[in-house]
Amino acid sequence: MSEFGFLISAFQSIIIASTPLVFAALGELVSERAGVLNLGVEGMMIMGAVVGFGCIIAGFPPIMAFAFAALAGLGMALLFGIMTLFLYANAVATGLALTLFGLGLSALIGSQYVGLSAGAFPKVHIPVLSDLPIVGPLLFSHDALVYVSLALAIALIWFFKRTRAGLIVRAVGDDHDAAHAIGYNVVAIRMGAVLFGGAMAGLGGAYLSVVQTPLFIENMTAGRGWIALALVVFASWRPGRVLLGAYLFGGITIIQLHVQGFGIAIPSQILSMLPYLATIVVLTVISARAIGAQQGAPRSLGKIFKVTR
Amino acid sequence: MQLTKWMAAGAAALMSVSALAADPLKIGFVYVGPVSDGGWTYEHNVGRLAVEAEYGDKVETTFVESVSEGPDAERVITQLAQSHDMVFTTSFGYMNPTVKVAKRFPNVKFEHATGFKRAENVATYGSRFYEGRAVIGTIAGEMTKTDTIGYIASFPIPEVVRGINAAYLAAKKVNPNVKMKIVWVNSWFDPGKEGDAAKALIDQGADVLMQHTDSGAPMQIAEQQGIFAFGQASNMANFGPNAQLSGIIDDWAPYYVQQVGKALDGSWSSTDTWGGFNTGMVALAPFGAAVPAELQARALEVRDNIANGTLHPFTGPINKQDGSAWLADGEVADDGTLLGMGFYVEGIDGVLPQ
Repeated sequence: MSEFGFLISAFQSIIIASTPLVFAALGELVSERAGVLNLGVEGMMIMGAVVGFGCIIAGFPPIMAFAFAALAGLGMALLFGIMTLFLYANAVATGLALTLFGLGLSALIGSQYVGLSAGAFPKVHIPVLSDLPIVGPLLFSHDALVYVSLALAIALIWFFKRTRAGLIVRAVGDDHDAAHAIGYNVVAIRMGAVLFGGAMAGLGGAYLSVVQTPLFIENMTAGRGWIALALVVFASWRPGRVLLGAYLFGGITIIQLHVQGFGIAIPSQILSMLPYLATIVVLTVISARAIGAQQGAPRSLGKIFKVTR
Repeated sequence: MQLTKWMAAGAAALMSVSALAADPLKIGFVYVGPVSDGGWTYEHNVGRLAVEAEYGDKVETTFVESVSEGPDAERVITQLAQSHDMVFTTSFGYMNPTVKVAKRFPNVKFEHATGFKRAENVATYGSRFYEGRAVIGTIAGEMTKTDTIGYIASFPIPEVVRGINAAYLAAKKVNPNVKMKIVWVNSWFDPGKEGDAAKALIDQGADVLMQHTDSGAPMQIAEQQGIFAFGQASNMANFGPNAQLSGIIDDWAPYYVQQVGKALDGSWSSTDTWGGFNTGMVALAPFGAAVPAELQARALEVRDNIANGTLHPFTGPINKQDGSAWLADGEVADDGTLLGMGFYVEGIDGVLPQ
């Protein structure tokens, strides 16, 4: 394989490894921007993974599989929303319970998919553009979901910066009492954000089980939901930085595998640790820079809102 | 995972209570993963089902899955011991709890997989997977066109290192130019990461993959990219019908059937079994269509010679990676060294994580 061929192939692996994180983290970002901390991302992702894979096995077209996976994540989020927004359950405990519930339920549903394998997911072939040397395989030869995830990040940047609705979501996340006082329905807006987060986590999970490794096995998300949560903080609640962080994380993950393959003498445990280490380092740098500015966290994040009158 | 564990434990407890009055030999199994893992635990469960099929009404089996190797293990083993005649504990981390519980239940027979501590009522058993790796190494050495074999490894423990060395030595024997690229993923089970490792190895020129991790993801990647791979623990042909050349199967059924038979006729005693091809504990997955008949015959010959003792995968002269002598010409490695193997043999690139 030529030098370029190698680099391009590695680059494509990075994009694929990062995309589930992009979806899940962008979803969680919206939820947190509205002031709701949902620690159940892992549980929502794995539900998306099992439902998405199940739909493919059942012979549904991919677009339906992804739609149902998003619905599965959304259903989990609905549960979380009812518990925390209406019944005032502790959000941290509920989120953790949601993760455990999702892992158990997906294992139960997924036990029938043991040893099954779906075919490779098709890539989008854009005439002319995909055929360009180097640029073609780098930018224009991915599967459709990769472009959707990029579009989502751009849409969210625009949404939070330029739209009134984005401003309202931010207001609800920053000061729910004030938002309520000027007449916004805090609970409804938060519910919407939580549901969106669930749907995106479901999509991310389905990307893992339908595109990245077309199979389903118990616990296959292997902690990616937690990484998505960390990415939101890492990105200081900004969609563009989420994208950057996810690709950085995916990039280090893939590069460390290549370093080992080349026989470079760095202990593999340290290499496996690198993505997480990078997360901590960047977090430290960001917080050091933003001391006093609360690092961009929505000020009402995780606080319970009760209508008092 | 927690939830299924509790559900399973509850179910097992219920079943044990309801079984108290019955006559048959009651056998409990403790699994480290879910039965649906398609690998390690799946194969132990196949062994359990074989026992049921063999002895029918004479036995009654229960299992508890996804039992973590901590305090939970001791609780589950104790529960099973209270109502069972025989208990199989199927992961290395259950060793100490098994021995501890066995002391309190001298009339219950215990069988522990992969451990080394025995007692009057605790037998141990393990499998010489490296024998299987010598066979697939032979096939890999012949099949690679790029002279590069990719190896996806889990954790740097003797079991895994032994497999790498056995496969490399066998491949080197049939193809002196062969190189082995090794990637450690530090997980038994992470399909995403295993798949990424497979891609990385292929990008670096590997055209035959081996894995010592449990998911079918590397096999899928091999299938997609049109190269070859070997299954692990179980037949993985589903994941790569064209890619799978063969694979190692952990076949616990013959051993389980034999030991339960001994328990039934009263001849059971505490034994230590490290079985290979000779006992049927290691088996080969069916050959893929890509393996030429002549190579199949050669692979089977290697297998048969290992089984009948005329060939040992670790026969000198073999040096360690640093060039220091390990085995002299004709010398065969002893089991003690094999069980504690913590070094690469000469010719393997890369650094073994310590």
